[in-house]
This record gives sequence, C-alpha cells and structure tokens, in this order.
Amino acid sequence: MIWEGAAEIARRIAAGEARAIEVTEAFLGRIAELDGKLGAYLAVAGDAARAQAEAIDRMRAADAPLPPLAGVPIALKDVLVTRGLATTAASKILAGWIPPYDATVVEKLRAAGAIVLGKVNCDEFAMGSSTENSAYKQTRNPWDLARVPGGSSGGSSAAVAAGLCAASLGTDTGGSIRQPAALCGVVGVKPTYGRVSRYGVVAFASSLDQVGPLARNVRDAALVLEAIAGLDPRDATSLDAPVPRYVDALAGEVAGLRVGLPGEYYDRESLDPDVRAALERTQAALRERGAELIDIALPHTHLALPAYYLVAPAEASSNLARYDGVRYGARADAGSLIEMYERSRGAGFGPEVKRRIMLGTYALRSGYYDQYYKKAQQVRALIKRDFDKAFHHVDVILTPTTPTAAFPFGAKSSPIDMYLADIFTLSCNLAGLPGASVPCGLTRDGLPIGAQLIGKPLDEPVLLRAAAAIEAAVGLGDQRPRGLAS
Amino acid sequence: MTKEEVEAIAHLARLHLEPDELERMAGELGTILEHFGALAAADTEGVAPMTHAVPMDLRLRPDVVQPSLPADEATRAAPAKDGELFVVPAVIS
Repeated sequence: MIWEGAAEIARRIAAGEARAIEVTEAFLGRIAELDGKLGAYLAVAGDAARAQAEAIDRMRAADAPLPPLAGVPIALKDVLVTRGLATTAASKILAGWIPPYDATVVEKLRAAGAIVLGKVNCDEFAMGSSTENSAYKQTRNPWDLARVPGGSSGGSSAAVAAGLCAASLGTDTGGSIRQPAALCGVVGVKPTYGRVSRYGVVAFASSLDQVGPLARNVRDAALVLEAIAGLDPRDATSLDAPVPRYVDALAGEVAGLRVGLPGEYYDRESLDPDVRAALERTQAALRERGAELIDIALPHTHLALPAYYLVAPAEASSNLARYDGVRYGARADAGSLIEMYERSRGAGFGPEVKRRIMLGTYALRSGYYDQYYKKAQQVRALIKRDFDKAFHHVDVILTPTTPTAAFPFGAKSSPIDMYLADIFTLSCNLAGLPGASVPCGLTRDGLPIGAQLIGKPLDEPVLLRAAAAIEAAVGLGDQRPRGLAS
Repeated sequence: MTKEEVEAIAHLARLHLEPDELERMAGELGTILEHFGALAAADTEGVAPMTHAVPMDLRLRPDVVQPSLPADEATRAAPAKDGELFVVPAVIS
C-alpha cells in the first residue's frame, strides 16, 4: 500500500478495500521508524492526521460521496502556511510560528480529502538546491544517504521517494520542484505561472514562484495538480482559466507529438555521460512511439543564470523585508527600532538568505536599477521570445532536468557552484512556462536521473501525456531506493 | 566590492552583519557579480522589460468588506504586544 501511490490509495479507500485510518497509521509508523535516518519532516501532525482520516472513514461508512484524494496522506513543504501547524520556511526567524490561516493549496487539498501528515524540510526560504541551507536539519537522499535530496523542496522529494508520504507539495522558483524530483527519482510538476494560487505561500520571488506536486508517478501528480489548480480571488496573479481533467490527458498517444531538443542543453561539457545516455534512451523511446524529434535553438539560454540571480534576489530582498521582528517571528533586543530590525534579521536569517538579500538590495538600489534589474527583465523577455519561437515548431521540449545525479553533502562549496545545479530549470520559471521532471533511468551508481519537459503556457495536459509516455518506456518501474533498509 | 560598500548595502537591507560576515560577503558578492558580466554584454536594444510571466489583466473586486482574521488572532504571534497593538522600541524619543 505504501508504494502504490495516491491514485491507488484513493481507489482502495473509495472501494472499501482499506480504511483511511489504517493507511494514515501505516505512513505515520514509517515516519516514526525511518525519518530519524532520512530527516525529511520538520513537524508531524499525527493527531490531526488521524482525526482527518477518521472523518473520511465516517463519510465512507455513511455512503457519502468521497472527494478525489480521500484518505491520501500527503506532506507539505514548510513554506506553505498551515493553520495551527508550525510553519518555519526552514528559517530560525520563523521558529515556533503557528499561522492563523491555511494557504489556498492546503485548503484545497483538505477539501479534496487529503490527509496532512506534516511539514517537510527545505532550503531556508526555498533558497538553495540541496536542502543544506535548512536552519534545522539535514535531509538525506533515500537512494544514497551520503548524498543530498536536491532542493529546495528536498524534504518533499525525499519523503515521497522513501514512502514517508503518498505525495507532497513543493514550490518551484528556479527548479525547486523539478531538481529534487530528479535527484530522488520521483515525478515533479511546476505548473504554468498563475495556474496555482500563491496565497499563503511564503513568498520568495513573486514573479517566479509556483506550487506543484511531487509524486510517485505521473498519474498521482496529475491528480494532485487538478486538486490544487484554479482561480483564487486572493491571488491577483492566479489565472482565470478552466482546470482540465489532467488524469484524462494521460490516456493520449505521443504519436505525432513534436518534441524539441535544444542544443544549448545537450552540448555541454558539464552534462554527465550517464545523464546524457539516459536522455538519448528517452528520445529513442519517444521516437519509437511515433513522436517526432526536432532540433531547436534557445540561443539566450546562457543568460538565464545571471538573469535569474538578479530577478530572484531582487524580489526576495523586497519580500523578506516583512521579517522585521514586529508582527511575527524572532525579535532581538535593541534600543532603537532600526537597530531592532537589523539585529533581528542578522540573527534570524542564514548565510544564503543574507547573500540573496544583499544581492537583491545591491541590484535595486538607487541609480543601479537600469544596469541590473531592468537589464535582467529585458533578458527575460529575450528568453521568453526564444521559447515562443520554438513552440511554433514543437509541442513540448525535452531536456535533462539536471547536469548530474545527486551529489554528496558539501560537494558544492561556493555559491556559484550551487547555482549551476539549477542551470537547466531556471529558464522555465523566467518564461512562466509549465515544466515537469520524470524519472528516466539510473546512473551506473544506481542514482536516479530526471528528464525535464517544458510546455506551452497552460499546456499541462500535453506535458503530462509526454511524461506518462517516458515513465512507461524508461521509468524506474518497481525499482526503489535502497538507502533505507525497509 | 569593498567592505564599506557591503556595509552600506547591509544598512539599506536593515541587516546586521558581523565583521567576518562582512568580509566574506564582499568576496562572494564580487565573484557573483563578475559571473553576471554576460548580462551587460547582451543586446537588449529596444526590448521591453518583462514585468509579468503571463499576460493578464488585473481583476477588480467589488469594494465590499469581506470577513477577515479577528485582531487577537492576527496579533497572536507578535513578539511584543499590548492588547491588539504591536509594541516596538521608541521611534521618536
């Protein structure tokens, strides 16, 4: 049951083959047994989860219609605000904060019948690519405990991969769902910007942030995405577009699908040979199923990294101004108001968050706006234009999600080395496009490899259909992480 | 980037940095900005800056009071408060 995924768990509970409370207890039992080694959870909401599960069982007993995720145990990245359940964004500055409301995505998941098992670890304020920037703990990769789970949604990816939840939510600002999904061998989807409400999501870079699912398989990801997507009056950037039945899209064929292969992503020395080989097998599998592979150019790709690391820190420096020791969070003692701000923030933020606040403040300061922020936004327009042109010729773009498989703790010693871990995932956020990572094999050392798909705005159905084809052809099947003994 | 420059930015960001952090930050920010040199070289003549990922019209809602959090709940997490008010160090002495 643990390994069967969200859709199958929901089916069994609806069919009366399993009770929600048994399923929830099974996952809580695994968390108690294994999370000491894995380090995915920051908070486990055992009693609340049991109460939710019992409510589902009572609905079933009363023959009431069950919502689509009834009884499915999920984990939430700790940047998603949860009423009555501590939310820290993996930062000391929010230690002990109990939010007075639920994020829209959390409200929607609860309404869909999902059981909230708890909050999972991430890089502080979602800034990082390894979850090493958490102020609280190290999260390990279940495929090899000496390696990182990716980031920033590393707790979400590790928990799904290790069977410590049926599915999870993460957030993705520059790759933070897709990169950890790739490194942990699970499916991750970053929806089109605006597809999912950001209300109640701890803001990092507001023009880039999106919430999305991490799941055991493409079907589960589609099911969770369907539950959380849609217009939200509380998020002015959420899109007023109907939510399709994403699960229905999976049944389609990929024959005739035009798949773009951008040379800028493949012609790189830093691309690991095992990753390259896995992507070649993925391409061959799609071709065998009738997809048409087309070489395309995304000539401004090399500018994505600098553009991203100006836009994201600039927006972060503004968003994180709210942590000032006044309304919530930690406060340091000081004689004056300004000193209180400075001391509270100096003590509460970790090194990477400070670095990005400084970088953003530098880029936005008076007299430098044109040189940095405006320039980066112009480059962003060029990157978007590259994609617009490419999508005249192709339906979906296929690339590696990451240059390498999971790396050991401490391997990326400089900030720039770590930033390069996201080199393939940044453009998608800058252009606001939907992206997904789906497992496409293992390295010779037995580490998962992810294939990234990038689609047209709101074309998640095509993205998911292509992902399902890759999963069926070259996915991991029954192979599971062996880092945790049971 | 000089230490003085880093100090000035830290103040703009209302961020206290210890002396060793200032030192480290000067080096790291310098290196990062160097990597961004490619950006300056990009030809962006006549390109409108992208302000939004997806074209959309901002919506208006009726100007009607909606239910909101009660003040005691909204202020519950404050490090210092007086009734329903946030308490801060003196702004004017």
